[in-house]
Amino acid sequence: MSEHALRLVELRKSFGPTEIIRGVDLDIHKGERHVIIGPNGAGKSTLFNLISGRFPVSSGRVELHGQRIDGLPPHQINRMGLSRSFQVTNLFHRMSVFENIRCALLWSMGYKYAFWKLVGRQRRLNEEAERILEQVHLQARRDVPAAMLSYAEQRALEIGATIAGGADVILLDEPTAGMSLTETEQAVQLIREVTAGRTLVMVEHDMGVVFGLADRVSVLVYGELIATGTPEEIRANTAVQEAYLGTEVA
Amino acid sequence: MSEQSIKQTPAHIAPAPRLRLLRGAGIWIGALIVVLVLPMIFSSGHSVSMLTQMCSAIVFALSYNMLLGQGGMLSFGHAVFSGLGGFIAMHVLNAVNDGALVIPLELMPIVGGLGGLAFAIPFGWISTKRAGVTFAMISLGIAELVAASALMFTGFFGGESGISSNRVVDHTLFGFLGVSYGPSIEVYYLAGAWMLIATFAMYLLTLTPLGRMANAVRDNPERAQFVGYDPHLVRFLQFSLAGFFAGVAGGLTVINYEILTADALSAIASGTVLVMAFIGGIGFFFGPILGAILITYLQTSLSSFSEAWLMYFGLIFVGMVMYAPHGLAGIVMAHRPALRSGRAGKLLLSYLVAAVPTALLLVGLISLIEMGYHLSTAYMPEYPISLFGVEVNVTQLRYWLGAVAITAVGLAVFLWVMRLIRRAWHEVNAALGGERT
Amino acid sequence: MLELITFSLINGVLYGMLLFMLSSGLTLIFSMMGVLNFAHASFYMLGAYFAYQISTFVGFWPALIIAPVLVAIVGAFVERYMLRHVHQHGHVAELLLTFGLVYLIDEIIHLVWGRMPVDYRIPEVLDFTLFSLFGIGFPAYRGFMFLVGVVMFVALYLVLTRTRVGLIVQASLSHPDMVDALGHNVPRIFTLVFALGTGLAGLAGVIAGNYLITEPGMGWAMGPIVFVVVVFGGLGSLTGALIASMIIGLVTTFAIGLNLSLADLFASLGLEITREAFMADLWFLELSRIGPILPYLLLVLMLIFRPRGLMGTRET
Repeated sequence: MSEHALRLVELRKSFGPTEIIRGVDLDIHKGERHVIIGPNGAGKSTLFNLISGRFPVSSGRVELHGQRIDGLPPHQINRMGLSRSFQVTNLFHRMSVFENIRCALLWSMGYKYAFWKLVGRQRRLNEEAERILEQVHLQARRDVPAAMLSYAEQRALEIGATIAGGADVILLDEPTAGMSLTETEQAVQLIREVTAGRTLVMVEHDMGVVFGLADRVSVLVYGELIATGTPEEIRANTAVQEAYLGTEVA
Repeated sequence: MSEQSIKQTPAHIAPAPRLRLLRGAGIWIGALIVVLVLPMIFSSGHSVSMLTQMCSAIVFALSYNMLLGQGGMLSFGHAVFSGLGGFIAMHVLNAVNDGALVIPLELMPIVGGLGGLAFAIPFGWISTKRAGVTFAMISLGIAELVAASALMFTGFFGGESGISSNRVVDHTLFGFLGVSYGPSIEVYYLAGAWMLIATFAMYLLTLTPLGRMANAVRDNPERAQFVGYDPHLVRFLQFSLAGFFAGVAGGLTVINYEILTADALSAIASGTVLVMAFIGGIGFFFGPILGAILITYLQTSLSSFSEAWLMYFGLIFVGMVMYAPHGLAGIVMAHRPALRSGRAGKLLLSYLVAAVPTALLLVGLISLIEMGYHLSTAYMPEYPISLFGVEVNVTQLRYWLGAVAITAVGLAVFLWVMRLIRRAWHEVNAALGGERT
Repeated sequence: MLELITFSLINGVLYGMLLFMLSSGLTLIFSMMGVLNFAHASFYMLGAYFAYQISTFVGFWPALIIAPVLVAIVGAFVERYMLRHVHQHGHVAELLLTFGLVYLIDEIIHLVWGRMPVDYRIPEVLDFTLFSLFGIGFPAYRGFMFLVGVVMFVALYLVLTRTRVGLIVQASLSHPDMVDALGHNVPRIFTLVFALGTGLAGLAGVIAGNYLITEPGMGWAMGPIVFVVVVFGGLGSLTGALIASMIIGLVTTFAIGLNLSLADLFASLGLEITREAFMADLWFLELSRIGPILPYLLLVLMLIFRPRGLMGTRET
C-alpha cells in the first residue's frame, strides 16, 4: 500500500450528460516522475482537478498515501501533502514574487491563521522563502508584483509556489506550455531540481520533455487510460501510436 | 471581482533593515506629534469635537479597509458593527453610571470593540462563505435587517431619540491626574490615543500571516486553497477583526457625542465609510486615513453652511471613481518617483498654472449648485445669498448668466491646461523610466 | 379572513409585478455586463419625477411613454460616458460608480423638485372603482397597473425571443463568457441593454409614483428590496426574478395584513406572556411590523442555504 504515493481507482467524472473521465485506474509510485500525455480534450486537466479536489468526483476513489482524499476540500488535500500548479498561470497577482512564495510556505511551516506574529520577524520562514526564490532563479525580481513578470518568470514562480509548501506529491499542469526552446530547457532543468526526492505527476505536450523527464508515461485518450509504462514501452505501443503518437512523433 | 487593478505597496522597498525601522518609527512619532499639536492650532470647541470625530472616523475607515482593500470584500454593511458596538458601549456606560458595573471610561472603546466582535462573529460566519457580489449582497441584506430591527427594538436602540449617557464617571484610569473627561479637549486626547493604538494595531495586522493571507485570498481565493488555506476561514477571521475595530470606532463616537441613534447603523452610515475608504485610496494602508479626514471635514463643516453638501459628496465620489480610482493616496504615491528624483519642480509649476482655471471652474460650479438649491428650496428665493463675497439674487437671470460664464471659461481653460499637465507628467516620468532601466 | 386573503393576494401580485419591472432590468444588466446597478431604484424614482413633470404639461398618457424613454436616454448616457470609462478598473469600480450615482440622482431630485413629495396624481379617467369585493372597492388604477405589467412582460418576452439583440442577450444569460466572443458590437449592446433596463425601471416609476407617493425617499425604499429579489431569484435568471418578485411581493403584503405576534401564538397554546417578560419587545412584535424586514431575512437564509438563488445557474 505504502508503495503508492497516489492511487486512482475507477475514477469517473461527468459534466451533465457527458462523461469526461471514464473509469481511470492509475497507481503512481513513490518518488517517480510520471507524465500524463494525450490529445487535446482528453481530460488531463480534469483529472488533475479531480485529484486536487477542485472538482468533486462523480464516482471512484482517489487515495493519497493510502488515505482517501476524494470529497475533501482542496486546502485539506494540500495539507496532506499534495500540491499542484495550473495550466493557466494562477498566482497572487498583486503581491510581490517574494510574498507569493512566502504565502505558499505559511501553512506548511505551521503559521496557520496567526494574527499575533509578524511575518517579517520569522527568520526561518524568510530564509526558506529566499532559498526557494533562489531555486527558481527569481531573486532579481524579488519585489516585483507577480502580474508584472514575464510569462516564463510567472511559470517559474508558479512552480516555486507549488513546491514551496514541501508537499511530497507535486502535480504540474503543462509547466512548459507556451515557452520558447531555451525557456523549456531551463524549465525542465528547474523541474528536475526542485522535484528531486518527491513524486511528480505532470501533464505535458512536448514529447521531448516527456521522454527526457519521465520515469513512466500514461496515455489518456477520451477519458480513458489506454497505456501506462516506461517511455520506451509507450513509444513501442502500437495502440498509442495509432491513437496519438503517430501524428506527432513520426 | 478580482481583476480590479489596484496597486499594492510593495512590502519591501528595502534599504538597510535598520534604516527602514528608523523611518517606520519616524512616521509614528510624527503622527503622535500631529495628534498632540492639532488641537492647539484648531482650538475652538467645534474644531476639537470635529478632530475627535476624525479620530473615530479614521479607525472606522481603516477597519473597513481591512475588508475591501486587504480582503477584497466589498461590504455595504460595515456600520452594523460600529453601531452595535457603540450601542453596547452606551449601555455599559449607562450601567457604569448606575453603579452596576465598574469599568474605567478609558476602556469603553474596548467594550465597543468586543461588542462589534460579538456581532461580527455570527454575521461574518454567514457572509464570508462567499466572496464577490454574493458577499456584497449578504452584507447589504444584513445591514437592512439590522437597521430595520433597530427601529423595532426600541428598548435597546432607544427608537427615534436614541440612547444617551454621561461620559463623566467615577472610575477613570487617569483620574488621579485631574482628568475627568468632561472638557472636550480631554476626550480628544483619549480618542487620539486610541486612534494611534488602533491604527498601529491594524498596521501590524497587515504584516501577520493572517494579514498576508487576506491579501492572497483577495487576489486569488483558489490558489490560497492550494497552499493549504481555507478562504472562508481567512475571510471570516479578517471580517471579525474588522468588526472589532469598527466597534472601537463606535465606542469612541459614544464618548464624543454621549448620544447614539439608530442612524449610526443605517445604510447611509455604511455607505459613508465605503466612500471614505475609497476616496482615500483602498490600495494603500494610509489611504482611508486621508479619506476619513476629508469626509469628516466635509460632513461637519460643509453640511453646516451648505444644503448641497451631499451633492458635493456625490460629485467628489463619482469623480474619484472615474478619474482617480486609486484615491488620494494613489495620487500622492504616483508623485513619489518624481519627488525622489527631484524632478517634481516641473510638475509643481504646471500644477500652479492649473490652479487658476481650476479655482475658476470650482467657483462657477459651486455658484451654480448653491444658486440652484437656494432657488428650489429656500422659503424666499428672492432673498439674496452671499457667494464668494458677492450678493446674489437667484431670481434674476443675470446672476445665472454670470455663473454660467465663469464655469464655461473655467472649464475651457481647465481642459487646455490639463493637456499641459499631462505633457509635463509624461516628460517627467518618461525621464525617470529611462533612468531606471 | 377570506377578504383579507383575497385582497392580500391581489395587492401582493401587484407589488410583485412592480418588483419584476425593476428586477427584470437589473437582471438583464447584470447578466450582460456583470454590473450590479446600485442606482437601479434611482432610475425608478427618476421615472416617477419625469412623469410628474411631463404630466403637468401634457397630461398622464403622453408621460406614460415619454418618461420611460427619457429615463432610458439618461441610462444610455450613464453607460456610454460613465460606466464604460471605469470598465477597465473592474466590477468593483463599476459597482461603486453606480453607488455614487445614487447620491447624485438623489441630490439632483432635491435640487429640481425639492425635498417634499410632489403632487403626482392618478389620471382622472382611471380614478374610479372597478368592482367591489366584500364591500370594498377595487380601484381601476390597480387594474391598469396590472395591465401595464402584463403588457411589459409580454413585450420583454417577445424582444428577448424574437429579435437578434434579444437572442444575444439570452445567450449571454446562460453563457456569460460568450459575450466576449460576439465581436465589435458588444459595447453598443451594452448601451442598449442598460438603456432598456433603466427604461423599464423608469416605467415602473411612472405607474407606481402616483399610486404610492412620489418623494425623494422612494428610491431608498425600493432599492434594497429589488436587490433582494434579484439575488433571491438567482442572478442572471429572468424566470427566477419573476418568481422571486411574486414571492417577495406576496410575503410582505400578507405580513402587513396579519397582526399576529409570538405572544399571541403562545397565548393560543395556553402560555401567557406579560409585557414585563424577558425580551418583551421580541414576543410582542407583530408580524405586520416585521413585514419590511422579511425580504432581507429571506435573502440571508437563501444565501446561506442556496447561494445561487432560486433559479440561478451560477454564483456571483
